[in-house]
Amino acid sequence: MARVIVDVMLKPEILDPQGQAIARALPRLGFSGVSDVRQGKRFEVEIEGEADEAALAEVRKMAETLLANTVIEDFTVRVER
Amino acid sequence: MNAARVGVVTFPGTLDDQDAARAVRLAGAEAVPLWHADHDLKGVDAVFLPGGFSYGDYLRCGAISRFSPLMDELIPAARAGLPVLGTCNGFQILCEAHLLPGALTRNEGLHYICRDQGIRVENADTAWTGDFEAGQEIVLPVKHGEGRYVADAETVAALERDGRVVFRYVGGNPNGSMNDIAGITNEAGNVVGLMPHPEHAVEDLTGAPSVDGRGFFTSILKKLVNV
Repeated sequence: MARVIVDVMLKPEILDPQGQAIARALPRLGFSGVSDVRQGKRFEVEIEGEADEAALAEVRKMAETLLANTVIEDFTVRVER
Repeated sequence: MNAARVGVVTFPGTLDDQDAARAVRLAGAEAVPLWHADHDLKGVDAVFLPGGFSYGDYLRCGAISRFSPLMDELIPAARAGLPVLGTCNGFQILCEAHLLPGALTRNEGLHYICRDQGIRVENADTAWTGDFEAGQEIVLPVKHGEGRYVADAETVAALERDGRVVFRYVGGNPNGSMNDIAGITNEAGNVVGLMPHPEHAVEDLTGAPSVDGRGFFTSILKKLVNV
């Protein structure tokens, strides 16, 4: 068993109004010094076997196919230790 | 001659299929119900992908619907020239399926927008807009929370250059879409997607702001009859 993390973020050039709303709320809550916030999604994919290169390649394929829309989103894949 | 047959797709969470079927019938065509879980287009002459919240909008709007059994049939048929119109969630599904470029994401103002919206028809040469004039302004309802059309700069430039921006918002952009884009078409002009709802603007009795939506259905009927 292993846990593979897929992080999905809107591409930098795509406006993220949700992140902006969070960034605007923070000073009101007394958090200063924040210049920007971007919001994304995190997927925790539990796989049955070892998180070897073949398994990671499979998760990357999942991310490209379904978890991310690569037209507007980037993703990263890593194994949680 | 038999009536043209326009398929109307229902996914779990689709809302506008009954209005779409009614609009098809009002225009004089036969509305053929198509079910998301069937590998069967029932030999229809054109397909309407209606709005709603298919598969609960889980993950992203249209992301899961795009892999439904019906879409396995529809995607190659559309690539081969079958006329397909997607409105709202239907437009989102067409983008997720890569039948249209770009994507629809969260409205710039974050609010769900429900209002009567001015739209300019920029391209009256598609399968679904032949009954309009280029430059004609119409009014249709919009109702969506994730209707902001985005694509990379080259894609938007190519859409503009090739006349593939079919509809543009006028009198205010409801969602912050790039270049005020409300709807686009594929290279062949048989697949059209837009956020506004023609199927909700076909009858005075329903309190619609106009009956401008009828033009979509009369356009496709004339196209099918003349093919």
